[in-house]
Amino acid sequence: MNGGRLPTAEFEVEEVERAARTAGLGQDRQAEPGMLRILDPEGRLADGMTAEIAGELVDFAPYLSTSDAPHLLSLYRDMYLVRRFDQESTALQRQGQLALWVPLTGQEAAQIGSGRAMEAQDYAFPTYREHGVALTRGVELSEILRLFRGVTNGGWDPRERNFHLYTLVLAAQSLHAVGYAMGIQRDQLADPSLPQAASVAYFGDGASSEGDIHESMVFAASFDAPVVFFCQNNQWAISVPSTVQTRVPLAKRAEGYGFPGVRVDGNDVLAVEAVTRWALEHARTGRGPVLIEAYTYRMSAHTTADDPTKYRLSGDEQEWRTRDPLARLETYLRSAGLANDAFFEGLAGEARVMASDLRAAVLSMTAPDLESRFAAVYAEPHPLVQEELRFFQQYESGFADEGKHA
Amino acid sequence: MTLKTFNLPDVGEGLTEAEIVQWRVVPGAAVSVNDIICEIETAKSLVELSSPYEGTVSELLVPEGETIEVGTPIISVEDGTGPSGGGGSGDSAVTAPTSGAAPRLEGSNGRDAQVPAEESAGSEAGSATEGQVPVPEMPGELAGPQADGPATVTGGHSAAGGDAASGAGPAARRGETAPGSGPADPVPGPLVGTGPKADAVKRRPRKAPSAPARAVSAAPAAGHRDRSDDRAAGSLQPPVDGQSTVTVAPAPPTSVGPGTADRQQVPSATPAPSASISAQGRVNPLNQLINRVLAKPPVRKAARDLGINLADVPATGSAGEVTKQDLMSYQSQRDAEQDGADSFWSERKLLGGDRIERIPVKGVRKATARAMVQSAFTAPHVSIFVDVDASRTMEFVKRLKASRDFEGIRVSPLLILAKAVIWAAARNPSVNATWSDDEILVKHFMNLGIAAATPRGLMVPNIKDAQDLSLKELALALNELATTARAGKTQPAQMQGGTLTITNIGALGIDTGTPIINPGEVAIVAFGTIKQKPWVLDGEVIPRWITTLGGSFDHRVVDGDLSARFMADVASILEEPALLLD
Repeated sequence: MNGGRLPTAEFEVEEVERAARTAGLGQDRQAEPGMLRILDPEGRLADGMTAEIAGELVDFAPYLSTSDAPHLLSLYRDMYLVRRFDQESTALQRQGQLALWVPLTGQEAAQIGSGRAMEAQDYAFPTYREHGVALTRGVELSEILRLFRGVTNGGWDPRERNFHLYTLVLAAQSLHAVGYAMGIQRDQLADPSLPQAASVAYFGDGASSEGDIHESMVFAASFDAPVVFFCQNNQWAISVPSTVQTRVPLAKRAEGYGFPGVRVDGNDVLAVEAVTRWALEHARTGRGPVLIEAYTYRMSAHTTADDPTKYRLSGDEQEWRTRDPLARLETYLRSAGLANDAFFEGLAGEARVMASDLRAAVLSMTAPDLESRFAAVYAEPHPLVQEELRFFQQYESGFADEGKHA
Repeated sequence: MTLKTFNLPDVGEGLTEAEIVQWRVVPGAAVSVNDIICEIETAKSLVELSSPYEGTVSELLVPEGETIEVGTPIISVEDGTGPSGGGGSGDSAVTAPTSGAAPRLEGSNGRDAQVPAEESAGSEAGSATEGQVPVPEMPGELAGPQADGPATVTGGHSAAGGDAASGAGPAARRGETAPGSGPADPVPGPLVGTGPKADAVKRRPRKAPSAPARAVSAAPAAGHRDRSDDRAAGSLQPPVDGQSTVTVAPAPPTSVGPGTADRQQVPSATPAPSASISAQGRVNPLNQLINRVLAKPPVRKAARDLGINLADVPATGSAGEVTKQDLMSYQSQRDAEQDGADSFWSERKLLGGDRIERIPVKGVRKATARAMVQSAFTAPHVSIFVDVDASRTMEFVKRLKASRDFEGIRVSPLLILAKAVIWAAARNPSVNATWSDDEILVKHFMNLGIAAATPRGLMVPNIKDAQDLSLKELALALNELATTARAGKTQPAQMQGGTLTITNIGALGIDTGTPIINPGEVAIVAFGTIKQKPWVLDGEVIPRWITTLGGSFDHRVVDGDLSARFMADVASILEEPALLLD
């Protein structure tokens, strides 16, 4: 391939991309050796999962929950519900009820698996797409939609669930996660009786190009901070394929910083959960950070304002559809006799109720009144802000359609 | 049954319009929540819109191929149930035989979710999953929508066909939901037009102004006014639009911006000049905030340390703020005034041994210079002078001072002169005009400017609609104007829109001079000092109160004879104020 050439426009990116593929460089990366997986796309469960990480052989058996049937069903349930949530939210955006929506479909396994691996004392720092993680942390899903409806700047109290607010600035949350992890270290020193904890920095392959990721990884390595960098490589940095910005697999970058990096099949919820559990334990026990690259696929658009048909082939989407994270677990659950139609029908019913409740909740959301905006500036009443509030009230009351615009 | 309409939402971020590419439903068709109703193309993508309502399509309000603005109603649905019947397709899952399965994946052919359910029971898991909620398509996944041929669409002609193809769902739902459905709750409108552009396109209507009544009562608050206009005013320039926008924008639409010509057409029944139209802007409580003197914190602190009231400092900052430069030049000017002359010759040390002091030209000085140069070198000036016996004016003033009516009001010969100028201008209208290269704009109103030396430099505030004022009102207006000017609080609006100016050089003991016309006007009258001089009356030399009137006129507009007639008219009033009664 013409490696010396810098892509200057999108069509050129595509050319480069195609050239790479035909040259066999980027061909079916998921088949590359070193990607951890226990449940394959056909729904077949492997006997075990081991990997050589940082020079030592890790057996993931203690971290796997493959024999725990209720747990498997609950993983499936979470993935199913969050996908339904995603669909309903997209519909609400299309109906003008949300300003924007960020779909997650395709990444359910990566999010549910990693989220479920966390303990209560761990702390997650999400991007704006971590609806699945939010669900595992117990965040009320409708609260997420308050943000996307534009009636709040946050949506929930992050301290209640150890789930930080959505961060819209790419990669900024990785710095927060490392800072939080370093704080955990200090808390532990001050009070060794505290439960061991770690933070998880979520980000994507696109954000991995940001300087913040580099800085946070340098700091994390320097201080052996208890942080897990969880990168969902969904193949697309909006419209730029990940092959453009990651010439070596993302997981390998960790080596350069001096901590372990693992690539896991991001559509295999069991493998993701196990690897994340291992990584969290690694971090909590003072052995430093871990980078997990969950190799997955953004089956939908970047956001509802995006049109992926303009930059990717439907053939690729078709190919990834065969690796659907829900499908393979369903196949396994059925073939292993762990779930029957009744289970799935019941789940569908539950999802319908959830969607219906969600819609009702969104439609009943009201914009906060004017005063609350001004009240959020300072902790205590401030003369200037009070004056500005009075001005704004005057201004607003001057409209003929008073109150209709709120 | 209630009829609900669905307005075109902003499906992107800040989109303003979209084209209806294809309708997927026809009038009479049953729809449920999240059923696809149409396909639209925006500047960003091709997307499908789903119905927020359950019910029967009543009307398609926009034809295919038409581009419409966000917020335009596109479809009306006659509705049985409220929109909170959410995910409402639940019914379909109940009626259709299903094998439970994962929500189907979204994809370019994702519409196969609406394929009749029977095919799926034993089919490979994970593929199309039957009986599922007709969830909406994900955005932008419409590659070849026509080729994909959504199963639910039958060319948009047959509602029945559409229903059949979409499985038992809609039909069953229609049967089920129609009866027993109550009127829907009021639904909050969609968040259409979230983008900045969409917002900017439409202005919300403002209430009709109710300000005038309050304007008068609040007039004493005249001290506070829009600082942002200080620059415009300080420069004595005709107002520049951009500079007055700050005031204009938040004010009611009828509040005419300072300097706007049609302000003058407003009938001025207002009793005092301070309540003239410009007052509306300043009495509006909104303006309290706008009138706040803008300055950065270090400038504020410096002003506080120097004991300078920022409101006194002419602001030249780009946002109307008082800059550090403004403060420094104000302070140096103030110091210069305060410093005694005693030490002037000897204080060379302070100048670093230099015998020449360098004073930066800025602020009002600069503005004055610019205005004067502009006037002096674009308007060909003609100056004429006339000596006047103002003895009767002096007597008149004396009587006024003594009169009960004018008790407490400062009366000076300037008042009579002002009245005389107004009177004479009506007889010679061309002096009250503006030259604009291809037109002469003759003003049928008089905004009488009074040049005043103020702490901030030369200012020419004017009395709006002076022609409508009684002698007493004019006296009050002159007093307020002088007080405000002396306090250095003359506001930009007071300096805009002048039509003719008087400069009272007599106040400084000077007999006369050749004044320079205020830009935008064509005449200026210089009022010399009034003092007793020998005067020949009926062949006898007797002491009389004599003054000299000087006038400069723009010869492009005012020819010699006209200027002479005007000056003679003014002089005649000073000689015999009783003529004002005619």
